Amino acid sequence: MSTLYEELKDMLGKEQGVALATLVHGPERVGAKLLVFADTSSHGTLGLPQLDAMVVADAEQAIWHGDAQTHMYTIETQSFEVFIEGFAPPPTLIIVGAGHIAIPLTTFAKTLNYRVVVVDARAAFATPERFPHADELIVAWPDEVLEKMDLNPSTSVAVLTHDSKFDEPSLKMVLSRRVGYVGAIGSRKTSQQRAERLRRQGVTNEQLLRIHGPIGLNIGATSPEEMALAIMTEIVATRHGKVSSSLQDWQNK
Amino acid sequence: MRDILPDVEKWRSRGERVAIATVVRAYGSAPRRPGAKLAVSEKGEMAGSVSGGCVEPAVVESAMEVIKDGRPQMLEFGITEEENIEQIGLACGGTIHVFVEKLDW
Repeated sequence: MSTLYEELKDMLGKEQGVALATLVHGPERVGAKLLVFADTSSHGTLGLPQLDAMVVADAEQAIWHGDAQTHMYTIETQSFEVFIEGFAPPPTLIIVGAGHIAIPLTTFAKTLNYRVVVVDARAAFATPERFPHADELIVAWPDEVLEKMDLNPSTSVAVLTHDSKFDEPSLKMVLSRRVGYVGAIGSRKTSQQRAERLRRQGVTNEQLLRIHGPIGLNIGATSPEEMALAIMTEIVATRHGKVSSSLQDWQNK
Repeated sequence: MRDILPDVEKWRSRGERVAIATVVRAYGSAPRRPGAKLAVSEKGEMAGSVSGGCVEPAVVESAMEVIKDGRPQMLEFGITEEENIEQIGLACGGTIHVFVEKLDW
């Protein structure tokens, strides 16, 4: 059986999300370890099942934020300090719609070390000549592709097709999963109409509020490159917990 | 963690024992944040860092003890910049807590 260290090394090598918790202060077993996986399963123990359970909840958050800090716990008057170190999987940006904004958006995202996947059903748009930097270029119906992908809190999705027959099924699929960011192109009016149609298809208000639309921070973008920058900025700000919804920002302008 | 793995693997493949020191708390203008690591081999080789070089010698000393007796240690370094520049010649401010443990898990 492999040790926790070897398992951790293996997970890091495969670039999968994982967290390592270490008891750094407590009545006994200082140095005990718990390795927590993205699906909240775990290996090892900090000595008390009750403590393990409390730590798993914080460790799961730490995985997606790549966060490292000491947490305090109290169980029956005994206090414990546990250092939890989260290792996030590399961030992924999925661009639905290989149009003119998608090209500079791919370049920006690659510069920021995102893995970039571009999906479009239209073969004329999704070509390697237009997207030499994309990690994956997929010509297929976006919602069918998204359904098969590992969508997680490290995933951002930008829906940019301008075509409701692609946009809406994609958004429905993405909103049923726990992704870190979802944005959809379109004016305020288009966004409202789309939200209304999605609501009629059973998407909840809570889910609809997670869509950033109009997409991107309001930096006054006009060219495709500036729009791509506005989108990328919003993705980064969301990842760091600085933006919950761009809606407010646009309403104030 | 990722930054120290290649060296740790090299030492382990040679059969050397290893200690890992981790910044678990940082206050003020500490040069490295929680999660920063310094790995030390039983021969005293180092990989990574827990500060800008100010506290590494003390951490290595602790790591040697930990490798021998297997008991983890918690170190605290709180040095004002003025004191530090006078005493060690480096300008690391802030306070850090460093957990030193043997890699036996």
